Amino acid sequence: MMERALSIRNLKVSYKDREVLKGIDLDIYKNKITAIIGPSGCGKSTLLRCMNRMIDIVEGAKVSGEVFFGGENIYAPGVDPVKIRFKIGMVFQKPNPFPKSIFENVAFGLKINGYTGDIPQMVEKSLRWAGLWEEVKDRLKDDAYVLSGGQQQRLCIARALALEPEVLLLDEPCSALDPVSTLRIEELLLNLKERLTIVIVTHNIQQAARIADYTAFLLDGNLVEFGETSSMFTVPKDKRTEDFITGRFG
Amino acid sequence: MREKFIQILLASAASASVIIMIGIVFSLLGETAGFFKEVTIKEFLTETRWTPLFTPAHYGILPLVCGTALVTLIAVMVAAPVGLASALYLSEYAPDSLRRVVKPVLEILAGIPSIVYGYFALTFVTPIIRSVFPEANVFNALSAGIVMGIMLIPMVSSLSEDAMMSVPNSLREAAYALGATKLEVSCKVVLPAATSGIVASFILAISRAIGETMIVALAAGSTPKLTFNPLESIQTMTAFIVQVLLGDAPFGSIEYKSVYAVASVLFAMTLSLNIVGTLIVRRYREVY
Repeated sequence: MMERALSIRNLKVSYKDREVLKGIDLDIYKNKITAIIGPSGCGKSTLLRCMNRMIDIVEGAKVSGEVFFGGENIYAPGVDPVKIRFKIGMVFQKPNPFPKSIFENVAFGLKINGYTGDIPQMVEKSLRWAGLWEEVKDRLKDDAYVLSGGQQQRLCIARALALEPEVLLLDEPCSALDPVSTLRIEELLLNLKERLTIVIVTHNIQQAARIADYTAFLLDGNLVEFGETSSMFTVPKDKRTEDFITGRFG
Repeated sequence: MREKFIQILLASAASASVIIMIGIVFSLLGETAGFFKEVTIKEFLTETRWTPLFTPAHYGILPLVCGTALVTLIAVMVAAPVGLASALYLSEYAPDSLRRVVKPVLEILAGIPSIVYGYFALTFVTPIIRSVFPEANVFNALSAGIVMGIMLIPMVSSLSEDAMMSVPNSLREAAYALGATKLEVSCKVVLPAATSGIVASFILAISRAIGETMIVALAAGSTPKLTFNPLESIQTMTAFIVQVLLGDAPFGSIEYKSVYAVASVLFAMTLSLNIVGTLIVRRYREVY
């Protein structure tokens, strides 16, 4: 039995009166890459945001059900979402560096969380993990916006890694990037899974096939199929999964 | 032919304000030049007494500038923190529904005539100040400054809130995802990203305070004095102009011309502040 990083049980989310997740049960395994695929509007980003309680800052979203992280339900009353997000990092669709220097971007999370270690050393480590160190080591004081889109996205990954999270959530991290930058990020994620668990929402079925150990297929707020990527992409159990991955819809 | 006529009509409407502005500047400068034929620029800028209506007359603008600066300083000390805090609340903490009500109300507040504020200063704030500090003059800089600050709060708040709202949500999300609390998101992400807009709102508020007339004419007094004691009666540049023009300074006399000299200084100060403020506003719009 493989160890689980996150266990999601009967998770339901609604915005006002519209139910976008209709009872999801899903296990995320440790040190694996899990891809969440599905057509636009199927609730995959919402599901991802439930995993570190980023859903809390969406006005009007109601969540029920449980998400277990390290044996603890992160939706139990009294759980501080700030502490959860500190351990479960997130990277967004569009690169969103702060309007600060490259160094300050990576150091931000360390500073606000009262990191007591050597900040410059941790910044260097994180940039190395993100494969960005060699490109930026001579211009750490430069504004983050001088970097290219792909570099900015790797900077955002470095910024999340600086907190040494146990899980890294990525919401379509390559959708705004060119193919070369996309490949670099995929390689990076494959290297990173040794040290943490990765969940990636992707619009790109090939991307899921290339990097994910497990894939979850979501449709209209329901989990249609979940399993090892290799078997799901060769012998899908559900007709709808087959239609989706062969490009018949979505 | 008809098209041409309409075009000329519209163009002249558009250029009217520019032409009038140029005319005002020329009339200001013309009378000011007349003033400086009788008073040296050196006396004007360095003499520490301003007594154009008495003999011996002294023409040092410093006491008036000092009065204006004192009232402006007090006003900004009231308007900046309160305006900023209210902007931060509206942009980061208040629910959408509340913001939609409060923001227009704030903007209406900015439209209250300043004579109302002046009256409020004299009849409401001054008695309170005098009950706390019995030595305070009936006309004092503190009362005028505080009320002017209250008048400026909606302006600071509304402009700063615009600057904060234009900070993209993706930056807030990035900070939340790194375990930032709401306060950290507000102070370490939104505030720095909105700095130039906030500074611009302060500068425009200062410019407005320098040019404000009714509150100081009513509540701050008419004693030009080189002091930084807020409890004393002072006179600002604008209040002096009102005083002379309401009296009967003969046309062409030196008292009459001194008004223009003071107005030129006032104009130069507010114009340069407005230019700086507008430049900053434009710069921050280009960032995102």
